[in-house]
Amino acid sequence: MIQDTTRFGLSPLYRLQWEESQQRFVMLYPEGMVELNGPAAEILKLCDGTRSFIDMVNALETAFDTKGLRSDIEELVQAALDHGWITLLP
Amino acid sequence: MAGLPSYPSGSPRWLLAELTYRCPLQCPYCSNPVDYAQHQDELSTEAWCRVFSEARALGAVQLGLSGGEPLIRKDLSALVAHARELGYYTNLITSGYGLTEERIAELKSSGLDHIQISIQAPEKTLNDKLAGTESFEQKKAVARLIKAQGYPMVLCVVIHRQNIHLMNEILEMATALGADYLELANTQYYGWAHLNRDQLMPTRAQFETAEAIAQAYKEKVKGQMKIYYVVPDYYEDRPKPCMNGWGTTFLTVAPDGLALPCHEARILPGLDCPNVQDFSIKEIWEESPAFNHFRHFDWMEEPCKSCPEKIKDFGGCRCQAYLLTGNMKATDPVCSKSPLHHTVEEAIDLAEQDRVSGEPKPLIFRNSGNSKTLG
Repeated sequence: MIQDTTRFGLSPLYRLQWEESQQRFVMLYPEGMVELNGPAAEILKLCDGTRSFIDMVNALETAFDTKGLRSDIEELVQAALDHGWITLLP
Repeated sequence: MAGLPSYPSGSPRWLLAELTYRCPLQCPYCSNPVDYAQHQDELSTEAWCRVFSEARALGAVQLGLSGGEPLIRKDLSALVAHARELGYYTNLITSGYGLTEERIAELKSSGLDHIQISIQAPEKTLNDKLAGTESFEQKKAVARLIKAQGYPMVLCVVIHRQNIHLMNEILEMATALGADYLELANTQYYGWAHLNRDQLMPTRAQFETAEAIAQAYKEKVKGQMKIYYVVPDYYEDRPKPCMNGWGTTFLTVAPDGLALPCHEARILPGLDCPNVQDFSIKEIWEESPAFNHFRHFDWMEEPCKSCPEKIKDFGGCRCQAYLLTGNMKATDPVCSKSPLHHTVEEAIDLAEQDRVSGEPKPLIFRNSGNSKTLG
């Protein structure tokens, strides 16, 4: 359950990296890779263990100068949790 | 290519560096070439570093460090450090045999991202028999050391008729070792496995029972252990999309510097694979006849040529087509549409005859003596 105060970190073994040849961010893990679109990469970059979920929403809404991103962000974060790319931090 | 936009074109993403064919183990399902003893030259540290740099510049991002047994290379940490600096995700694919706490720490400080170890069977007698070397207790100890150094435990078990009846025990062993990832790799019949196919291939009933056990367990341990199940394609009716399409994604470099579109391609006659000591990786990837040989669809014969599924499976595996039919352009005979599909059924029958004969053929172990005799 994602709450305002929930924090996330990349799972052990996962690495988020800019790929110059592909001109996009990728998520790397043992013997595999996920190519990320722009919004997904922006959200996952903020899963750095320091920010709470509400901080992430605020940061992205400020960065893109828009409101109402919360449900989109929550959906992607939930998918990333389900895939095991990120974990909930205590 | 004009008119054929559906063939994936791209730069290499995966570089498999087979650092050496030397190995202390003798697994009879090894995917190395049967004649490996004839290819004893190994690239220098500098040559490997150049290969890593050039492939990375083309877009390769996953690096498999494999063999043989890659731990035999004394420069392994230096190679890892160079690769990591270039931005590769570095995967060490090892038997674990001979790995010490100090070596793991050294590899970790060089930036190694992940270690995959293999265990042959969930009990000592069978493990040591299949490995050809007493290694079971040592491998289990190494699995714990890897965890203790903060690496997740990635365990690979190759599945075949000698151990498939122990699927429950394999899963329990993985749990006991704290595996985070478990790869259950049904044997693919190339190299030494092809030589020992009659003794290794499970029956369809054995395979189906084992798969049901593994799938049920996968649900049970969801969230704790990820299980990857590699299906045995002899029991499928469509071939695997081999290498994700020839020359689209994968680049293998063999110990002697031979650049291969897939790690079995050395067996294909007349392919004339280039050596990294003679050409740059860019020249090899883009211009070499070998890497262009099975790109696109022009090379295909019927039934692939007019088959709508060719864009999904690219006609299957070229090496398997060659091994089973003698024609590397043939439809992979795993496909039920192949006019030579009976070669797969015959292979299954031969394995079944061996199983019920009461006198199974002895396994041929992968070692230099056998390689020199048979290669």
